[in-house]
Amino acid sequence: MSDDREAILGRVRSALAPLTERAPLPAYDTEIAVLRKLLANRDPLAVFADRLRGVNGTALTDIPALVKYLRDGKWLHGYCDPALWPRLASHFGPDFQVETEYDRTRVDDYAFGITRAAGGIAELGTVILKDGSTSRRLAALTPWVHVAVFSRAELFVDLPQAIAALGDDPNIIWCTGPSKTADVEGILIEGVHGPGVQIALVLD
Amino acid sequence: MKFQQIDQFAAELRADTRAAVYDGSKKGHEKRTKLLFDEYPDPNRLRVLAGQVKQHVIENLDTYLPAVEAKLKANGVIVHWAATADAANETVLKIMRARGATKMVKAKTMVSEETELAHFLEKHGMEALETDLGEFIVQIDHDHPSHIVKPIIHKNRREIATSFEKNGLGAYNDDPQTITRRARQFLRHKYLEADVGLTGGNFISAESGRLVLVTNEGNSRFCLAATKCHIAMVGIEKIVPRDRDLALLLNLLARSGTAQDLTVYTEFISGPKSATQPDGPEEMHVILVDNGRTEVLASDCRDILRCIRCGACLNVCPVYRQASGHAYRSVYPGPVGAVLSPLLMGDRFKEKADLPKASSLCGACQEVCPVNIPIPDLLLRLRDKGKQEGLSSPGTPPMGAWALLASQPLAWKASLIGGRLMNYLPTKLVPVPALRAWEAKRTLPPWRGGEFRKWLHNRPTKP
Repeated sequence: MSDDREAILGRVRSALAPLTERAPLPAYDTEIAVLRKLLANRDPLAVFADRLRGVNGTALTDIPALVKYLRDGKWLHGYCDPALWPRLASHFGPDFQVETEYDRTRVDDYAFGITRAAGGIAELGTVILKDGSTSRRLAALTPWVHVAVFSRAELFVDLPQAIAALGDDPNIIWCTGPSKTADVEGILIEGVHGPGVQIALVLD
Repeated sequence: MKFQQIDQFAAELRADTRAAVYDGSKKGHEKRTKLLFDEYPDPNRLRVLAGQVKQHVIENLDTYLPAVEAKLKANGVIVHWAATADAANETVLKIMRARGATKMVKAKTMVSEETELAHFLEKHGMEALETDLGEFIVQIDHDHPSHIVKPIIHKNRREIATSFEKNGLGAYNDDPQTITRRARQFLRHKYLEADVGLTGGNFISAESGRLVLVTNEGNSRFCLAATKCHIAMVGIEKIVPRDRDLALLLNLLARSGTAQDLTVYTEFISGPKSATQPDGPEEMHVILVDNGRTEVLASDCRDILRCIRCGACLNVCPVYRQASGHAYRSVYPGPVGAVLSPLLMGDRFKEKADLPKASSLCGACQEVCPVNIPIPDLLLRLRDKGKQEGLSSPGTPPMGAWALLASQPLAWKASLIGGRLMNYLPTKLVPVPALRAWEAKRTLPPWRGGEFRKWLHNRPTKP
């Protein structure tokens, strides 16, 4: 409402008019928010794997390990981004049923979803999904297991680096471990609305 | 005997509710402190800095608001302004009607609690479903959240299991995992049926127009993956100057609120979905909501607008832990609520003028605040405002007798003897009714009056 716009801005201006000086924007280096001790002299991928484990996620570095993980968990029916499937298909056995088209009327059919991630953040064990590279937002969210695939070179070391690289994608989501809640008596439960298992598959 | 409302509420609180709130908030506070001090050599530097950034924003809203508006528009977002709660709700309703929508899924947003959006939409024939697990339980129970981050901190699993059973979500089962799975199963189909997803906004960057949303459950992401229209209701104070400031604030928000290094889902949204993405909103609206904030900005308590809604001050507050959130009769409980809630009442300030008194002024709330809000100072300013406006305060002993004693040396000396007698006087025999009421709820330390005078007389004089 344009009347409301003028009313609000008018009230803001008159509220601030009596201030003789306004608080300045402090100059600072975002380095102060970085857990440098944790990162110092370590391979970012090793830190990433540790940090992801810390939030009950799992980092894997080869495709057979992923296939074994899914098979061990009996997650045999799922979705895979059609652009990734040619590289993965030969590793999946006939016991798997993998669809490269996601049907939103059958959300409960997909035990896993494999989608492309735009990268990761070592400092926090975070995977970065961008609209431009995620084949389907729903496929990365509704299956019990989400596998985010990115390459080692796409790993950021720390959070300020990842912020600086947000770019112009209209929707970016950082996922740090599986979906969780502690709403009921403070007890941690994973897999509330999103995945109960978060995997990062980091390839060379 | 008449007590202040908050004392009365605390006195009548069920023991298991008090225990749930006490344990939940204490644990939250301890985890937060351990995490921050384990990870950072000086976490105080971070919060002082974050406070300066947010103070800068609120003192320059006259330039930041138009800047944000311009960025949002350039990003393809439709911007609305709402001066009041009603205006905000009407705007949402209008957007829904224009789309022919009847179903909304809602992520957790405090500003929509202020405006009571879900009730409003239901009254107008819309379905508006809360999707955050805690808020969903509050909604099916026709209850109110009692904490800004942990809305059902006051409920135990048995109460939740009972209301799930009553609402057709399966036979009684109070296992938290079963409760969560049932909600997951029920809600995922609701997301997929809905046309509109409503969220709040934790931050908006003036530099890029990015709206930042944080959740742990993934419900806001589901709202924005399943629906075709995104409406974000955002308070006008939520702006940050630049994207890089998010590095500071995101690190502090998760650690202060839930003792996590980062929330599970941190979403940066700068417009409708990209053309190649099959899922998500084709239309995005941001409603910039005032609802009393400009009055707070005009007051000497404007610092409270720095608040990033982490809930750390609730968790540490000795009054909140004993009284629970509902004692504050407001959307915002705890120390932040004791400042913000009366101020947001505008010219009905007096209805909540008692809240600033619900504090021992111990200062813990400021010590934990990720944006270093001087809450104890603000509480004192509001107590003063209440006094200046001549508002009465039940349960407070009259101070006239005190003023007389303190200004008459002889009367004072005589009263010291009387004071000593108080050590031996049972509470129910205290002669002044108001004092009796006050003492019934508090334990005074033993009276040691006169010690200072003795010391003063006997102190060594200067050579």
